[in-house]
Amino acid sequence: MTKAGNAILSLDRVSKTFGRAPYMVKAAQSVSFDLHAGRTLALVGESGSGKTTCARLVMQEYTPSEGRLLFKGKPVEARDAKALAAYRRSVQMIFQDPFSSLNPAHTIAYHLRRPLQLHRRDLKRSQINDAVDELLQRVRLDPGIVASKRPHELSGGQRQRVNIARTLAVGAEVIVADEPTSMLDVSVRLGVLNLLNEMKRDMKLALLYITHDIATARYVAEDIIVMYAGQIVEWGNVNKVIDNPQHPYTRLLLSAVPDPDVRFDDPKAHLKTADVEEVRRLSAIPQESVVAIESDHFVRQIAA
Amino acid sequence: MTKPLLSIKNLTIDYIGETADFRAVDDVSFDVAHGEVFGLAGESGCGKSTIAFAISRLHKPPALIRNGQILLEGRDVLGLDPRELRSFRWREVAMVFQSAMNSLNPVLRVEAQFYDVLRTHQGMNRSQARERTAEMLRLVDIPPDRMRDYPHQFSGGMRQRIVIAICLALNPKIVVMDEPTTALDVVVQREILQRINELRKTFGFSVLFITHDLGLMVQFCDRIGIMLAGKLVEQNSAGNIYTKPQHDYTRKLWASFPSLHGARLMEVAAS
Repeated sequence: MTKAGNAILSLDRVSKTFGRAPYMVKAAQSVSFDLHAGRTLALVGESGSGKTTCARLVMQEYTPSEGRLLFKGKPVEARDAKALAAYRRSVQMIFQDPFSSLNPAHTIAYHLRRPLQLHRRDLKRSQINDAVDELLQRVRLDPGIVASKRPHELSGGQRQRVNIARTLAVGAEVIVADEPTSMLDVSVRLGVLNLLNEMKRDMKLALLYITHDIATARYVAEDIIVMYAGQIVEWGNVNKVIDNPQHPYTRLLLSAVPDPDVRFDDPKAHLKTADVEEVRRLSAIPQESVVAIESDHFVRQIAA
Repeated sequence: MTKPLLSIKNLTIDYIGETADFRAVDDVSFDVAHGEVFGLAGESGCGKSTIAFAISRLHKPPALIRNGQILLEGRDVLGLDPRELRSFRWREVAMVFQSAMNSLNPVLRVEAQFYDVLRTHQGMNRSQARERTAEMLRLVDIPPDRMRDYPHQFSGGMRQRIVIAICLALNPKIVVMDEPTTALDVVVQREILQRINELRKTFGFSVLFITHDLGLMVQFCDRIGIMLAGKLVEQNSAGNIYTKPQHDYTRKLWASFPSLHGARLMEVAAS
């Protein structure tokens, strides 16, 4: 999936392993993908498939065991403090749990003022306060009401909006959102997703959207990656992958998504445990060869 | 009409506050028939879990049942004395909690946790209990020889199935499931609910199923009640809730789910 040149951030055959043989866990195996400005890449898979490992690799929280991470075409040197600071500014994360990702002892304004003070040295004090108000307005929160409150006084959806504003405060170019709506109520999920979509469009952000909910992935993303057991098993245009899944694991995942049109009593909808185990076993075997279904739809072959 | 198994009549539950009370459940009535799967859907804070707890009288202060009746086969649950209540729980109403996989005791073998229930309620000895445990584990696709393992040796989905097996060990008449699969991924979720659906047909118990995932609920339930701020705003067959939602809130709830097939969301948003 390398559309070389215009990617903001790319992983190039990155692997991450934990522990030593014989207990070694391969959390990511030769993972490659690109993030482009103004586009969302969805990363889906079950728990333990390596999604969060990928997020942490992108955040440079983990160093790759193998492979390279390229930012605007260049590898990021850990020793170059300036480059690293620029990277940390440009690549921001939104966490799953809005209840624990804000400091309960500080006001909302403080959460937004701090990154501005650290990363935007050019701003004067009065300008910083204006910038905080502007950020809150951008994520549809009323600065007059919200700025002086503390996190516990806000709802989950409001807190997640504060988190989004915080990533925007430092002028992020890449946002990694790890299950940003899974802990929110259904009725506010869509609002947060719409906000992310809007930010991506207006500010030309590159978004890595990590989820196990394929339906929302389709809603926000242009491209999708399906992961299983540390490997990317299928990737490409989100509509093509969902409408024409090729890999048995992708098919399994799609067949299990709750669909009100299919009742459990329907024998066609029945998942057999033995089949599920077989798909899991086959999908977990490392495989090198990849088949292009279309110019923007790829699938990893499974072991015969 | 045949007599319902569980009948909830004008149930009103308050959480007592220092200055004012909060009405969590407001005049809710519904019935669950024998062998039926009844779903309760709604956002967090709408009172659906409060009802679930009240059915087996597991609600704790400051929750207070102000008014109403809970009848199981005509018997008033709210009037049971502590001894009756003890045998009523598990034997007649079993409950699977949210993140139930963490409700197993981490320092006891699975076998011991079954034995606990079987000895208390049916006076079984070790070897009888072991036999029954093996039988129940087989029902939920777990090899019986693993009963000597500890909970941490199983995956989340397997632990969830073990909890369900313990719940069914006494042949309860109704199983209350409060978001039983929320913490699991979709494939495991499907496997577990499919299995419950089969077991329900074999043993004939009813299920009160609580979740916020409407799509999943329509797949699994016979009838669904939609709750909003403590009130039951709509109650209908699963098919009608899906195709002909009557209440505005039900329509809005549907509209907040992006569909896998893309189209439906736009329709609802437009109407």
